[in-house]
Amino acid sequence: MLRAENLCCGRHGVAVLRGVSLTLQPGQLLGVLGANGAGKSTLLATLAGELPAMSGSLTLHNQPLSQMRPAAQARCRGVLPQSPSLAFELPVRAVVGTGAYPFPEVSPAQLEHLIDRALVLADASHLASRRYTALSGGEQQRIQFARVLTQVLAHRAAGDYRALLLDEPTASLDPKHQWLLLQTVAQLARDEGLAVLVILHDVNLAAQWCDQLLLLAGGSVVAHGPPDAVLTPAAMMSVYGMAAQVVMHPVDARRRMVCFVG
Amino acid sequence: MLLLALLACLLLLALIAAAHGAVAIPLHALPRLLLAHDLTEQEQLWRNVLVQIRLPRVALAIVAGGGLTVTGTAMQALFRNPLAEPGLIGIASGGALGAVAAIVLGAPGLFWLTPAAFIGSLAATALCYQLGQRRPGMSSLLLAGVAINVICGSIIGLFTYVADDAQLRSLTFWNMGSLAGATWTQLAFLGPWTLALSLLLLREWRALNALLLGEREAQHLGFALNPLRRRLIVLVALIVGPLVAATGVIGFVGLVVPHLVRLSLGADHRWLLPNTLVAGAIALSLADWLARVVVIPAELPIGIVTSLIGGPFFLWILTRRVA
Repeated sequence: MLRAENLCCGRHGVAVLRGVSLTLQPGQLLGVLGANGAGKSTLLATLAGELPAMSGSLTLHNQPLSQMRPAAQARCRGVLPQSPSLAFELPVRAVVGTGAYPFPEVSPAQLEHLIDRALVLADASHLASRRYTALSGGEQQRIQFARVLTQVLAHRAAGDYRALLLDEPTASLDPKHQWLLLQTVAQLARDEGLAVLVILHDVNLAAQWCDQLLLLAGGSVVAHGPPDAVLTPAAMMSVYGMAAQVVMHPVDARRRMVCFVG
Repeated sequence: MLLLALLACLLLLALIAAAHGAVAIPLHALPRLLLAHDLTEQEQLWRNVLVQIRLPRVALAIVAGGGLTVTGTAMQALFRNPLAEPGLIGIASGGALGAVAAIVLGAPGLFWLTPAAFIGSLAATALCYQLGQRRPGMSSLLLAGVAINVICGSIIGLFTYVADDAQLRSLTFWNMGSLAGATWTQLAFLGPWTLALSLLLLREWRALNALLLGEREAQHLGFALNPLRRRLIVLVALIVGPLVAATGVIGFVGLVVPHLVRLSLGADHRWLLPNTLVAGAIALSLADWLARVVVIPAELPIGIVTSLIGGPFFLWILTRRVA
């Protein structure tokens, strides 16, 4: 499992976030909330093996991440960064297929099947024949999502640990596709045992789909727990600096909603 | 499929180029010249021209064109930049500087040119790489390459300024390139060397595709960035260095041909790399053939032909795509 204990992360020797302890459990969605610059993406980049941990421990299957080869990491962790780009025109299916590169043992037939499945899961099957650079930002985002799904689903035996790190995956998506994406992720976590960390800005979307939430502010963790427990007016004030009320969802009485009031 | 068509095209072109030139050899006589023993005096002359001059030259065009183009394709993916080419990190200008320095400083005999060029190209590339390591990412390597190229160019200019007339003629060879010096001895090394290293480069297609997505993405897909960069740059330098030493600086092929193939095939390096290898061989064979036959019995420097034809042709392709 991907586990951080008392992790301190930052870039170029400047610490951005201290004292983060978390474990990405199979079957669970961990949502990360925080204001701009709170260190969400730095945390994700550290967990993704891009940045070295400044202090504390960061392990994958009890082995320090810094001592694992990128190829070995890629076999149990997929990452979807923000703002996808493509230097030269690749066919959409080839972009999605790159997700299987860490698994050279996947046969061409299995690969085609995987790509089909990932495209269906990302609701992007109808985009497969289009030119990638001709797609809209949100459509490109869904293709990249399919690519990462290919990576975490490729060559997976039951019980294999696969972590999925998503950095604002809903940023350029319309409300329907925001909903669909998180629904897909939640379903895959349940059915395939994926361990998911997702950075979100929409508090209510996070409350609806995440099992656990991690709230960041001022360079440290403000709250960590189930949505009902951590989404309080006081927490919203310290995270976003905004007054908020927590109200009952008008349709589903068991759910809470956060309304910002200024 | 395209690969087979290109290979057929290359074979046909090689035959025509071998037959055509200041001494015209009929195409149908080629098999007899190469295989028969009872040759007439005329045929003996043709045979000498064919075996000693034409064929090594055609072969060098194929080797150099393929090598320059396949490395150009890899560099464009590595730098994620359509303007990248094999010479970007000093390989070509360093080689030319080595050769020009050898000429003007009065190296005893032409023998020293090739090693001087090779050492120059590897030294310039190594220097670029060292400087580029100072900051993360590819941009500092790119900038180091630009600076090294400018410095090499200005020192070449300085040498040109102090060179005498005889030296100047040799200098143009390095600045504009030529395949006229091709020998079988040279090819016995260059052919297998370039082919073997190009095949190693072809094996990197997954890494190059991943780099198209971005450097972070490539790392997330399991490619260790620094070792990968080093491997690609060493491969490119080892392919291009000896080619520059053998032919001088031949521009444009390594920049334009990858784009032409990419326009018709897409950027999936699994297919792009082998196709650019063959397409580059075709392009340079064609350019060398034209360089030889346009102003018979003199010939043009091949670098001028590649730029003069390649430039407008490339513009035509680009504008046609938009229309």
